Amino acid sequence: MAEGASKATTDQVLKITDLRIESIHGLVLVDNVSLELKRGEVLGLIGESGAGKSTIGLGAMAYSRGGCRITGGKVEIDGVSIRDLSAEGRREMRGRRIAYIAQSAAASFNPAHKIIDQVIEMPVKHGIMSKTEAKAWALELFRALDLPKPEIFGERYPHQVSGGQLQRAMTAMAMSCRPDIMVFDEPTTALDVTTQIEVLALIKKLIHEYNTAALYITHDLAVVAQVSDRIMVLRHGKMVELGDTKQILGAPRTDYARALVSERKEADHLSQLPKVDTAHVLEVTNAVGVYETFVAVNNVSIHVAKSETVAVVGESGSGKSSLARLILGLLPRRSGSVKFNGKELPPALKERSKDDLRRIQFIYQQPDVALNPRQTIAEIIGRPVQLYFGRSPAEVKRRVAELLVEVGLPEDYAGRLSTALSGGQKQRVSIARALAAEPDLIICDEPTSALDQLVADGVLKLLKKLQDELGVAYLFITHDLGIVRRIAHRTAVMLKGEIVAQGPTAQIFNPPFHPYTERLISSVPEMRTEWLDEVLAKRRVG
Amino acid sequence: MARTIAIRVVLGLLTLLGVSILIFAATEILPGDVATAVLGQGATPDTVRVFREELGLDRPAYIRYLEWLGGAVQGDFGVALTNKRDIVKTMSPKLFNTLFLAGYAALIAVPLAVGLGILAAIKEGKWIDRTANIVSLAAISMPEFFLGYLFIFFFAVQNRWFPSLATVYSSMPLDKRIYVVAMPAVCLTLLVTAHMLRMTRSSVLAIMSQPYIEMAFLKGLSRARVIFVHALPNAAGPIITVVALNLAYLIVGVVVIESVFVYPGIGQFMVDGVSKRDLPVVQACGLVFAAAFVILNTVADVLSILVNPRLRKPR
Repeated sequence: MAEGASKATTDQVLKITDLRIESIHGLVLVDNVSLELKRGEVLGLIGESGAGKSTIGLGAMAYSRGGCRITGGKVEIDGVSIRDLSAEGRREMRGRRIAYIAQSAAASFNPAHKIIDQVIEMPVKHGIMSKTEAKAWALELFRALDLPKPEIFGERYPHQVSGGQLQRAMTAMAMSCRPDIMVFDEPTTALDVTTQIEVLALIKKLIHEYNTAALYITHDLAVVAQVSDRIMVLRHGKMVELGDTKQILGAPRTDYARALVSERKEADHLSQLPKVDTAHVLEVTNAVGVYETFVAVNNVSIHVAKSETVAVVGESGSGKSSLARLILGLLPRRSGSVKFNGKELPPALKERSKDDLRRIQFIYQQPDVALNPRQTIAEIIGRPVQLYFGRSPAEVKRRVAELLVEVGLPEDYAGRLSTALSGGQKQRVSIARALAAEPDLIICDEPTSALDQLVADGVLKLLKKLQDELGVAYLFITHDLGIVRRIAHRTAVMLKGEIVAQGPTAQIFNPPFHPYTERLISSVPEMRTEWLDEVLAKRRVG
Repeated sequence: MARTIAIRVVLGLLTLLGVSILIFAATEILPGDVATAVLGQGATPDTVRVFREELGLDRPAYIRYLEWLGGAVQGDFGVALTNKRDIVKTMSPKLFNTLFLAGYAALIAVPLAVGLGILAAIKEGKWIDRTANIVSLAAISMPEFFLGYLFIFFFAVQNRWFPSLATVYSSMPLDKRIYVVAMPAVCLTLLVTAHMLRMTRSSVLAIMSQPYIEMAFLKGLSRARVIFVHALPNAAGPIITVVALNLAYLIVGVVVIESVFVYPGIGQFMVDGVSKRDLPVVQACGLVFAAAFVILNTVADVLSILVNPRLRKPR
């Protein structure tokens, strides 16, 4: 490939015409999507889950996952129609001309082999480099990607390096054959914001340096705004809108694109929330929680008042969930106190009374795993009603119907199995189950992070409505600062098991910042195309 | 990692110790003792008492256990009650025969089962997968003695291809031995293949649905490379475990096959010991069987640790 060629070259490297992908049951996953990609150009594919983004990305490699097949359309790479090639011919294209970068590097690296062996495998097996050449090139890529000690980095196994490093190593792996096209499938979604910004910057640099064309798949408009030249909005496998990045962000033409954009923008604004009572429901003082020898929660003090939402933010491993487990009595408390309604709670779950247990409920991140797939919705929600209040079957049934209406689900869902529901509906069932116990406090552990933007928005609105009506308090664990701005009265920022900043949300999000809070806030992508460059420039100066 | 392995080995030894206690206790609680067994029902109480003292059976059980264990550790299982011969000397050639048969069967069964398992996983749902599954399941579902007699009927009686009795003696040349033992070895192969085949198939299949396998395909690697370089090393753990269990079964579970083919192995020896109430012989055989089981499983555990980079190379 022509290194250093200017971005203005017009030669087309990828052309997809009327691509159609169906599941083996005849469900249409991708419905006649066409796109073109020039050398050095980045096209963002955006949409919610089920929009067919990844399916198109893989379709560009003439690959379809088990259970789906490509049923129509043309995929041309540099004028060669790869669907017309033999299996062997397609195999030669993959990796060499068009390379794939998956969402989870941890899952996409083979745990049994060293990183370097996996990175150089492609050029060596495709016969374009000798082992030594491939190693030298990998080393150059490791350097370009800012990996620590690039000379020995590859000698490690995937489990021995961090998630952000592994994601960069996967980018190096994709670049190993100097492909014409790269397919990025949510490459930064699994990373923390502060890591995401580094990886994003490096991906951008690499694409420009080697003039590679790229399909960039993501659900986050702000992320795609930083890297792509054009954006295609997808929904239910169909193209909704295609345009320049600035146009899509600034003046979307379709209703759906407008909804996506305004939803994402709303996250940047601070909500005005009504004042709350001062009576503390929960009061944690100097709590220390330890897993064997690892101090997960270190000297944490936090309180939650009636009908108040307190957000706990931090990156993965910061101890947010451990704090929740400590309050619930699942993580042994070494010292400090946890008071509930003014009464000291025993450290361990089994020493707590049934009433203590009832008053604190929990909503999980993954509704799929938190609901028993063999129970009907009525059984799931009815169980706490029956357990805590000992109601008769008829009363339980009535209460379940009431709760379903309250969380915005049709009453006749009671007889269904949770597996028949969508992710957002499942999370609503989880909320109804928590409400069934009539708690004073609900601890929400990333309840919307597994959901699509618009669905998550609905769930957040529901939580807010319930708080207004019932006066329930929330301890809301999240890594998403946009959510915090919208729903939290007060915010606590956690880092390495400690709370480094705590106070009213408006105060936390305005200067003077704690340095870590500032770093966290400034790492959240904004809906401006210049954002990434600005932040990086500022950090370099700072 | 060295620590993990050391713990495995120590646990193996402790298991063996526990089993030795169980074996001793089990033979202890059998009704009557060696003295009555040897002297028969006609013996007067006096003769029984004298004989017991002579054998040391009047001493407390734990002392006799420790003596027995002490001897066993040094390779001395005492003498057989019935013929007063040294047990180890009598047992050794029979143990060798059993190991020979087990090794013979393993050499056929392990490559066959693992190979077919991989093939079945690659061709999931195709005719070769189904055939391998059905045939191996049919073979394991048949009682082993029935399978043994079927073999004798077809291959020794109807067609005189193989001898019906697998009689071996110590000076027998290897080629002749291989020929004579072929039928029981193939019989055993059929019995252990199904388990290993199915385990190999399901662990390879589980790995084939991992994202890193999809990634390997997207890297444009050949199917063979994806399977042998990317899938197999990750499927090795469960395969090693099931192979070890089946190897142990080949040593311990051959009693019936040995009886059917009148093969002079350790299983036969133990059955003789039981029928003659020769308790020291039974104890010795029990301990040898237990040792085979524990050693093979410990080796499997250690190998599983060694093939797993997460355990081999901690962060």
